Amino acid sequence: MEFFLISMLNSLSYGLLLFMLSSGLTIIFSMMGVLNFAHASFYMIGAYFAYQISTWIGFWPALAVAPLLVGSVGMAVERYGLRTVHKYGHVAELLFTFGLAYLFEEAVHLIWGRSSVPYAVPPSLEGAAFTLFSTDYPIYRVFMMAVSVSMLIGIYLTLTRSRIGLVIQAALTHPQSVETLGHNVPRVFMLVFGGGSALAGLAGVIGGNAFITEPGMAAAVGPIVFVVVVVGGMGSLAGAFLASLLIGVLQTFSVALDYSLVDLFARLGITIGPDTPLAAVWNLTISQTAPVLPYLLMVLMLIFRPKGIMGTREG
Amino acid sequence: MAKLKYRPLNLGRWFVWGGTALLMIVLPLIFTAGFTLTLLSQIGVGIIFALSYNMLLGQGGMLSFGHAVYSGLGAYFTVHAINLISKGSFYFPVTLTPLIGGLAGMIFGVIFGYVTTKKSGTTFAMISLGIGEMVFACSLMFAGFFGGEAGISTNRVIGKAFLGITYGPAIQVYYLIVGWALVCMVAMFAWTQTPLGRMANAVRDNPERAEFVGYDTHMVRFLTLVLSGFFAGIAGGLSCINYEIVTAENVGAVRSGGVLLATFIGGAGFFFGPIIGIVVFFTMVTAVGAMTQAWLFYLGILFLLMVLYAPGGFASLIVMHVPVIKARLMRRLWLPYAATLATGMVLFAGLVSVVEMTYHFSLEAGTNPEMKLLGIAFNVTHTAPWAVAVALLVGGFVVSRFAWSAVGRAWGDIVHVLQEKST
Repeated sequence: MEFFLISMLNSLSYGLLLFMLSSGLTIIFSMMGVLNFAHASFYMIGAYFAYQISTWIGFWPALAVAPLLVGSVGMAVERYGLRTVHKYGHVAELLFTFGLAYLFEEAVHLIWGRSSVPYAVPPSLEGAAFTLFSTDYPIYRVFMMAVSVSMLIGIYLTLTRSRIGLVIQAALTHPQSVETLGHNVPRVFMLVFGGGSALAGLAGVIGGNAFITEPGMAAAVGPIVFVVVVVGGMGSLAGAFLASLLIGVLQTFSVALDYSLVDLFARLGITIGPDTPLAAVWNLTISQTAPVLPYLLMVLMLIFRPKGIMGTREG
Repeated sequence: MAKLKYRPLNLGRWFVWGGTALLMIVLPLIFTAGFTLTLLSQIGVGIIFALSYNMLLGQGGMLSFGHAVYSGLGAYFTVHAINLISKGSFYFPVTLTPLIGGLAGMIFGVIFGYVTTKKSGTTFAMISLGIGEMVFACSLMFAGFFGGEAGISTNRVIGKAFLGITYGPAIQVYYLIVGWALVCMVAMFAWTQTPLGRMANAVRDNPERAEFVGYDTHMVRFLTLVLSGFFAGIAGGLSCINYEIVTAENVGAVRSGGVLLATFIGGAGFFFGPIIGIVVFFTMVTAVGAMTQAWLFYLGILFLLMVLYAPGGFASLIVMHVPVIKARLMRRLWLPYAATLATGMVLFAGLVSVVEMTYHFSLEAGTNPEMKLLGIAFNVTHTAPWAVAVALLVGGFVVSRFAWSAVGRAWGDIVHVLQEKST
């Protein structure tokens, strides 16, 4: 029970972090048709900016400044890069963001070196928030959840209650009509791209010190975010939310479970020795398969329900 | 991408193919330094890999982020096959072992391809990425087959020497690679001329119309991917013979990304584009990589510039000039080109200085602030060198934009003249 509750809380905080990344990606994708390969790179530079700023003026200013900086980098990328390649089609845009991901990673190597940086949780957020049975639950995890949830409510309110949110929603489905009505759709695109990058940057600020801030963090989280978007359904925010939580649960629980098919067979009275055919497969524990599970889920989803959990369109 | 029709005489085709073969055969005899043979072998294997990748990207319009899966698994099957042969489990000539890799690539193409090729475009790209990550994660799970962190090593010198060929010396392996590369190049070029190759083009350009004509687009993409997996597997098998070791890197995302970069830089729209791309790619990796640690940064910038300004790659830049040369209009371009080159060099010098100085500063500013660039020694902790570098960067950017617009104007004139001539 204790294990279950703690793991559930951990999945929730990880899932919410994933949603901060996937929500930006989803909004950008459904609005512009651009699959932003460099999205996880914005997450990474968010963490690095936060580290750099927190060494100068502390964590709290960094929490506000770093996402804004990442957002302005995102806007510059859209304005001077994506808009130029837009005429060559979506594949060219995807290639552009792919090249950008390389460039960001190398720039991080250049500036901060190849090993991880000591970006730590601020002292005011260290310690336990509450004790569940015998396990202390860290304050920082609670803080992460609070930031994610308030961000979530923020996006929801912006998209549904504000004027710019309504324009964005309209531009999602009918960009031409919105343009005819006198709205500057390219500028809306730029703002959305910047906003999505800023969200990824914020996820980096709070995720970088919870996990680890290193040049490989973008490559580690990027494919998972893509899995979330595919499983949730391309372009569906609600789907991305469900899929983020699902992947969060899947990854958190699977790393902790040490059961293999051998144990199952043993209960059924079948013994598996080292000479049994495919012994390597039967001996795998769930925790060993943990890195594969999200991708397996994606492949199964594509076979049985190609439009994803909540998706409305196929591909 | 620019649609340019370029159909050389058949005599020209023989000349190009013969010339390529001759070049590949004589190059190691001209450049005898040890590292050139390594580089040339890499390029030979890379050509097969990149051409197989271009069957997807260029011919079939499928942007794959996981092509190393097929070459890597091909390499793993080849390495196990060679180890079994050397144990005497079965008999098979080493020369033909890349075929085992090819078959493995093909079988995995059948397995993964059926799911991935249902859709093209962005969806295909994402799924291929997912499959690539899945196989890479599996490679760390099944240590028996993939060899874990250390990989699987082998010894290619097995069995009796046949006509003195043992594959001990690197030069023999190079000629094995050249032989396979030529066979695969011809086969892949021939494939583009088959009905399936043509249908792959049709499905790339207009899947809806291809469906209406009566073709199953999923099937066309699927068959293309299976064949592409076959050739990728051959490339993997050859790289296994070349290095005598296969590690999890062979199926990893870095390998997949590399072949994408090389193919695109060379030009995905042309059959010979990836060959140029691979030569540029490996030359950059070897030559620039020897000079600076930031080579990947420069490669990334080259790739981005290509995506932004020359989406047809180097091949399209070459083909673009063919009608201009035929119409004897090149003289209009020399001056703007020279100006762009000169100003571009300033910009490039600025960029290189900033990058190298940043690198030096972040790595060893405390211990060794002195550095040398283009023979000029200076101290990276001083302001003056930074001011010079930034001035070069900004000044170069401004003047090269002027030169670049002159190129644009000259091209506008030439296109105008060519159009008038043709009417």
